[in-house]
Amino acid sequence: MTVTYIHLLLLLLDPSSALMSTQDPPPSLGNHSMDKNDVDEAEGHFTVPIAFRVFSVDYHHVQAPFEIVLWIMLASLAKLGFHWSGRIPAVVPESCLLIMVGLLVGGVIYGVRHTAPPVLSAEAFFLYLLPPIVLDAGYFLPGRLFFENLGTILWYAVLGTLWNVLGIGLSLYGLCQLGGWGLEEVSLLHFLLFGSLIAAVDPVAVLSVFEEIHVNEQLHILVFGESLLNDAVTVVLYKLFESFLRMPSVSGVDVLAGGCQFVVVGLGGLCVGLFFGLVAALTTRFTARAQVIAPLFVFLYSYLSYLTSEMLHFSGIMAIVTCAVTMKQYVEANVSEKSNTTIKYFLKMWSSVSETLIFIFLGVSTIQDVHMWSWPFVSSTLFLCLLWRALGVLLLTAVVNKLRRNAVTFRDQFIIAYGGLRGAICFSLVFLIEDFPKKRLFITTTIVVILFTVFVQGMTIKPLVELLDVKRKKRVLPTVSEEVHCRLLDHLLSGIEDVVGYWGQHYWKDKFEHFNTKYLKRFLIREDKQPKSSIVRLYQELERREQMGETDEGKRERSPAIEENQTHSRSLLPEEMDSIRRILSTNLRNFNNKHITAYSRHTLHQDFTVDASRKACLRRHQSLGERHSSTQTHGSQWDDAGSQGACLSRSLTVSQSPRSAHRDPHSTREGSLNGPVRVTFEGLASPSSTYLQGQDSSSARMPKKLSFAFENEKGK
Amino acid sequence: MGSRASSLLREEDIEEIKKETGFSHSQITRLYSRFHSLDKGENGALSREDFQRIPELAINPLGDRIINAFFPEGEDQVNFRGFMRTLAHFRPVEDNEKNKDPSAGEPLNSRNNKLLFAFRLYDLDRDDKISRDELLQVLRMMVGVNISDEQLGSIADRTIQEADTNGDMCISFSEFIKVLEKVDVEQKMSIRFLH
Repeated sequence: MTVTYIHLLLLLLDPSSALMSTQDPPPSLGNHSMDKNDVDEAEGHFTVPIAFRVFSVDYHHVQAPFEIVLWIMLASLAKLGFHWSGRIPAVVPESCLLIMVGLLVGGVIYGVRHTAPPVLSAEAFFLYLLPPIVLDAGYFLPGRLFFENLGTILWYAVLGTLWNVLGIGLSLYGLCQLGGWGLEEVSLLHFLLFGSLIAAVDPVAVLSVFEEIHVNEQLHILVFGESLLNDAVTVVLYKLFESFLRMPSVSGVDVLAGGCQFVVVGLGGLCVGLFFGLVAALTTRFTARAQVIAPLFVFLYSYLSYLTSEMLHFSGIMAIVTCAVTMKQYVEANVSEKSNTTIKYFLKMWSSVSETLIFIFLGVSTIQDVHMWSWPFVSSTLFLCLLWRALGVLLLTAVVNKLRRNAVTFRDQFIIAYGGLRGAICFSLVFLIEDFPKKRLFITTTIVVILFTVFVQGMTIKPLVELLDVKRKKRVLPTVSEEVHCRLLDHLLSGIEDVVGYWGQHYWKDKFEHFNTKYLKRFLIREDKQPKSSIVRLYQELERREQMGETDEGKRERSPAIEENQTHSRSLLPEEMDSIRRILSTNLRNFNNKHITAYSRHTLHQDFTVDASRKACLRRHQSLGERHSSTQTHGSQWDDAGSQGACLSRSLTVSQSPRSAHRDPHSTREGSLNGPVRVTFEGLASPSSTYLQGQDSSSARMPKKLSFAFENEKGK
Repeated sequence: MGSRASSLLREEDIEEIKKETGFSHSQITRLYSRFHSLDKGENGALSREDFQRIPELAINPLGDRIINAFFPEGEDQVNFRGFMRTLAHFRPVEDNEKNKDPSAGEPLNSRNNKLLFAFRLYDLDRDDKISRDELLQVLRMMVGVNISDEQLGSIADRTIQEADTNGDMCISFSEFIKVLEKVDVEQKMSIRFLH
């Protein structure tokens, strides 16, 4: 039984599959099938009577997708198993376990076949596995924090990477020249090339490790932003050194051209991303009638931006990140709730699968036939990587702290240096190097470095964070007060900056916001979807969550995006919406009236005419939501529905929730309907409001209607 | 200072300002040239019109209140001293300052004073309480015209409710401080004054 299973497994790892490639040209399908023994095979190779076959197995027909699916299945099951395994996730990061699974599978394959298992092909990695991860990262990037720290991030990404590359390359070269390890003939350029690929911090590895350690957002964005943006530098340097290797001689002009190329690559990626982001935003504007495919546009345009910039030899990562960041706010405003959820879920799912696959393949590909090992080289590379990174971070931070508003502390610096994990990007790049005598050594060293950083650094970073008492992540959502007051502070600071004549962060942020609101939003967002202020959005979000019975404190520390997915609203049919509106407005009117009796100053105003109240109700309806075409019908329906005594919702006046035990003059005003339609619907599900306590809901409807009307008048 | 015809800053003035606000010499001179460029009337003091001439400030939602904050109670002119005193609130808090002797009084850019400055932006009538109306006014200015009154009212109520501990439906200064205790006010309310 096991033999058959293993043979089946071997079939799956047939080198002719699209996902993986070995160094040798893959043998043709036909020959290979002949080599396999006694498993169900393609028909026609057996000498069987030509009777009509009732049952047959035709594996080759489905071989390629079958194998791909099985690999993905393996990856996903490994991930499942990981999360079910009790205490292990707390100690060992997921990436480590996945690599170990990969090692296991690779070992099995090697043991059975006695040849090297398939290796992760660079093409598959760069074209299929990497984009979803980077897109996911870009889409959920905390925009404001990123731009506030952009200077520092760029500083680390560009200068830090350059420093590391040159440092590692040159020192390795020097050491090899002196060391007598048999590596003297390897040229400086080769070492620089090696340095360029090994110095780069990998976003995949950083993401997977930092996701579990929950450091404060600023630190997270610094490390993560650096890992994303250093792609431009890495790409340029790698290609530069590679082309230098091919050229007979290198002159100073070439180096200069390389420097210019860096700017071109970075800015090019940026522009491509911007272009596609804006086009995507514009396209989603028109998806109202075909909402189901709206998420597809997001993915298509992002992937297109990545491919386009790869085609033009720009930085694909920068393009896709820019695209995601650009289109996010417009897409979110344009598409429906469901589509938003779909986008988020799919992104998370794809990036998760990709990440798992990458790590498993890393493990599998480690089992190689021809490793070239050299103790001194490997250990010195490892040591130099750590050393140069630490030095680089120290020096750069010392400079950048003078220009920052709040300094990067030493603990943060340590985490930045320690969190510079290498990952699959280095791995793929090292395979792409043109063959030269010591290539095997480079491959081995790269693998060792990756494994070391992921295992040792990945596993120890969490205890270190706790040991060093690094500032951790705050709660998920701020309170409304914080948001309001922080907004006040933002405006205040902008104003002061204007007075002082200083073009600081607030100035540019304001300018961009102004431009955004005036031009971009008008152009890219549907007419009926008004852009809302962030204060209102936060308030609505908090309302929604509270109605769902969650509190915003003490939640599991998952990303806000995932939590949103849990609490997304259902979309309702129009008839339902109308009846809900009707019911709510009636009942709100009722409970608002309940307050009235408590305050003497409102009893005077019971003389108002019915018309005034009707008008008030209509106006109230207009504030209810986006579609207010049926206000007239609502007005008339009120009298019919008036007798619906049951007060359904605690409605949206959360502010009067259990905390305040007594009524107050000020609270009447907020008895009114607040919050948008969306929140309204959630309110239906929740238990009835506490206001019902001791209050009669249906008596004296008339005067209450009027005083409510007066409320409205007064409020204007 | 008002009696001087020329607009030069005297050394002793600089020293006094330095002691009071904590700015460095070069910062004071730089800010003085800014003060001077704003002072179109050349009378050594700024009026409200001078501030309103700053274009970005005019479109700032809280522009009027910010301008107001520069002027002491009931006055229409602010001299350089007052200008610097207000700006001192926005100096970044440096670590070495925390060790200065407490007898010198709280520096203008302490967390408390920063928060008091922000508090005063709400509290126009200076009764040391932010009432619902005052909050509503500021909210209306910040949030724009898309939001209905009812919605705004409920946001205001929630804001008060989150802060209010003694149930008077107003936010006192201590409640204000408490609500913002998790926010890094020292960092948020600081401007990098170039040396």
